[in-house]
Amino acid sequence: MPVTTVHIGAGAGFAGDRAGAALPVVQALAASGAPSFLIFETLAERTLALAQLERQRDPQAGYSPSLVALLQPVLALCLHHKIRIVSNFGAAHPQAAARRIRAMAADMGFPQAKIAVVSGDDLSARFSTADLAARETDGRLLQGRGSIVAANAYLGAQPIAEALDAGADIVVTGRVADPALVLGPLVHAFGWRWDDWDRLAAGTLVGHLLECGPQVSGGYFADPGFKDAPSGHAGDFVEIGYPIAEVRADGSAIITKPAGTGGVVDLRTVKEQMLYEIHDPAAYLTPDVVLDITQVEVEQAGPDRVALRGARGRARPATLKATVCFPAGLFGEAEISYAGPNATARARLAIDIIRARMARLQPALALRADIIGVVSSFGDSAGHDLAAATAESEDVRVRFAARHADAAPVQQLLAEVEALYVAGPAGGGGVRRHLVPQLASASCLIERELVQPGMELLA
Amino acid sequence: MSAVLLHQLAHARSGDKGNRLNIALICYRPEFFDTVAAQVTPDRVAQLFAGRDVGAVQRYDLPKLWAFNFALDHALDGGVNASLGLDGHGKTLSFRLLTLTVALPPAILSLVQQPA
Repeated sequence: MPVTTVHIGAGAGFAGDRAGAALPVVQALAASGAPSFLIFETLAERTLALAQLERQRDPQAGYSPSLVALLQPVLALCLHHKIRIVSNFGAAHPQAAARRIRAMAADMGFPQAKIAVVSGDDLSARFSTADLAARETDGRLLQGRGSIVAANAYLGAQPIAEALDAGADIVVTGRVADPALVLGPLVHAFGWRWDDWDRLAAGTLVGHLLECGPQVSGGYFADPGFKDAPSGHAGDFVEIGYPIAEVRADGSAIITKPAGTGGVVDLRTVKEQMLYEIHDPAAYLTPDVVLDITQVEVEQAGPDRVALRGARGRARPATLKATVCFPAGLFGEAEISYAGPNATARARLAIDIIRARMARLQPALALRADIIGVVSSFGDSAGHDLAAATAESEDVRVRFAARHADAAPVQQLLAEVEALYVAGPAGGGGVRRHLVPQLASASCLIERELVQPGMELLA
Repeated sequence: MSAVLLHQLAHARSGDKGNRLNIALICYRPEFFDTVAAQVTPDRVAQLFAGRDVGAVQRYDLPKLWAFNFALDHALDGGVNASLGLDGHGKTLSFRLLTLTVALPPAILSLVQQPA
């Protein structure tokens, strides 16, 4: 009998997501009786480069450090109920991730678990930095650059679907387009053709809605008095239910969450996530399809149930996007507090003093200053907004930041901020400072025929 | 006509792609869509973020969702890789958009929700 409805849950929307949040999702999937899949999305732009650095330090590392914490609470339950797992937590070393998962599964009494590894995203062996620089879009960050840390293409859903076709219980990938984590299982389950653009678009839309985990089910949403939980209780945002999509073979879908969990799924949460990180809503480019969401219709189909239909698709792009990460010097920040009468004036004086001292010590170092409590998040780096601000606060924090290829100039700034303890305005306190190495990234477009996605079951 | 904060008419979420910021602006009710469309223009949004030296501001209209998507080029001080700011992703900037005021005709004013 052909499959009519597939359930897909999201257990994580980023590497630092809440371990254990997937458990109610898995319990709901198990109870549904429908063919079910669980995804974890754990790879932000630079996360993979950090993993690559880990792998250089330790050849058995290089996969997502959150893998064990995310899988531990749900792996046995998933294997028992045949809920298949698809995740990009393989990061820079999917093979090592797969071996680790096999060991976990064996410990839990499932030594026969089939684990597939998706490969082909890593471009570093086949492309020189110059090759990548020639394909860079939106800038010239790579031109003349010596070493890079990682170069990975965003693969599509095909190798994921193939892995599931081959019987994998768990599919481990490195870099893939986030929505492909959902589209792969849908193509596998429904047998959609790879040129059935409207279906591929519908599956990609569901993937886009699930890829950030709770961001579609009440996370990143609350605005007390304006956007509340249906109960009106702020406590409903404590244990937010992570999302589940019920997708039909025609591509229409319901977005929902496990019964009895917090959060909310309504038109507001779904629309916010639908447009998240989108540029042209008529042309959202993915490796599998160009998605057009302009004709999508959403409807509240019940409590915490939103129906969607109407995604349209066009032929996939001829190129694949790739992210290239490279070292970008050191970034330093230091902060100091001022409070009470005239605090804002003392904060402004502290900035003037630091700027004057640094202009003599490190004239070439660009630094930024904020007054947290007056203008900070909204402010620009040149300081226009802070200069124009007339607001006063009696409890502020002054923040300085700088970046440089070498540590010394930034360290000097941090030392000068600390010296405000004795050589700055009255009543400064609570200095905190830190200095961290930075990775930056550039985007490239790679001809599709130069990338060979593949999949193999772990022997 | 009465002036109200856009925050009372619509909700918003930001996202980033490199040095480009997108802000989804979603009306709470379909009745607000035309008024917001007429008054929250790309020019006005560019002016609001002028301190950040933004480039082109593009607005995409999504009437079926009662929503707009604004794409602001060069709005993020080089993006999360290069910005010296606290919020290199521009995630807080959705609420800056909501600080704009909109003049509402009386018939629509009665639909505006008051903070609880």
